[in-house]
Amino acid sequence: MADAVLEHSAAPAHGHAGEFEQPLFGAYSKKVGMWLFLASDSLTFGALLFAFSYNRIYTAWPTPFGKESIINATIMTACLLSSSLTMVLAVFASQRHDRAWTRNWLLATMAFGTAFIVLHGMEWTHLIHEGLALPGFPQSIEHGSGEYAKVSASVPQFAATFFGLTGMHMLHVTIGVIYLGAVALRKWFLPILAAIYIAAFFAIPADSVFHYGVHVLLVGLIVAGIILFLKPKDYDAYDVEVSGLYWHFVDLVWMFIFPLVYLMSTRV
Amino acid sequence: MHDVAHDYGKGQYFWVWGALLLLTGVEVWLGYRQIFEPVHMLQVLLVLSIIKSALIIGYFMHLKFETALMRWVLVFSVTACFIIMFFFFFPDADRIIRLGVK
Repeated sequence: MADAVLEHSAAPAHGHAGEFEQPLFGAYSKKVGMWLFLASDSLTFGALLFAFSYNRIYTAWPTPFGKESIINATIMTACLLSSSLTMVLAVFASQRHDRAWTRNWLLATMAFGTAFIVLHGMEWTHLIHEGLALPGFPQSIEHGSGEYAKVSASVPQFAATFFGLTGMHMLHVTIGVIYLGAVALRKWFLPILAAIYIAAFFAIPADSVFHYGVHVLLVGLIVAGIILFLKPKDYDAYDVEVSGLYWHFVDLVWMFIFPLVYLMSTRV
Repeated sequence: MHDVAHDYGKGQYFWVWGALLLLTGVEVWLGYRQIFEPVHMLQVLLVLSIIKSALIIGYFMHLKFETALMRWVLVFSVTACFIIMFFFFFPDADRIIRLGVK
């Protein structure tokens, strides 16, 4: 129960009926649960980062990222770091029971997160257009003739680890934005998410990988809808703090991906 | 919810944010200058990333202000898992290359 700590302080003396046990870590269960999830999720990213680092050291690794890519990735990093700051401010506002500013800071966090996704999508599109691709990606007309086509052919591990690692992270950021949207706007977020999904599906060309990737929004819409309708509630400061833990974790993971993936493959 | 007694104001979070941006700038500078060879560069960037992650975990995720038990259990368990992964993945992958498995 979210309020276990608070309820415990008001619990009767030891041995009486209705007494709650002391929480194991001195924190409410939702927070402990999120920390345990993040610990397990960090191992997923850890395995991917180990695989990337191994390939980077033991393979004749290409250095395809020029000035434009590094500037783009640096702006993306700044977006995520700024989103973490606005998330902290949202947590503060929720502890003050300031609903308006909680919602505003959460929306600001979502805006930074969305900017990150858009910039990352543009980066992916550019790289795919230049020939860096995986076998399962939709083939465009220019595919195979771009600058990075040789990289895909000579070092296939590069495209596999790059798209695997950054794709996994982009998925987490997308889930994070949907999560924060549900906390900030509750049921009002569902039609907004539905509109974004439909618009994105028709706006993104069919030969783009994101034409299929956008279905993540549909899955998010269904899951968020089930949760919001089965257990409708007014999300409180505890929920905002727990959602903040997830968001900061997404930021944390990027702090490893950015230097390892981009800065270790810089073309000077 | 965490104890609000530790919240000395929002100022410290802006300082942490500034430090994270500064460290990111240092990383980008190092990436462009390419002062070190790849293995050493990887080590330097990893150290900077660990400092940044410690700031995020400690301040933004408030772990610094949780109970000592929670801090130690989380940090020790995750670190132990990474150490085990390191000592299993790298030697095994290296062994496969030396054996000539294609």
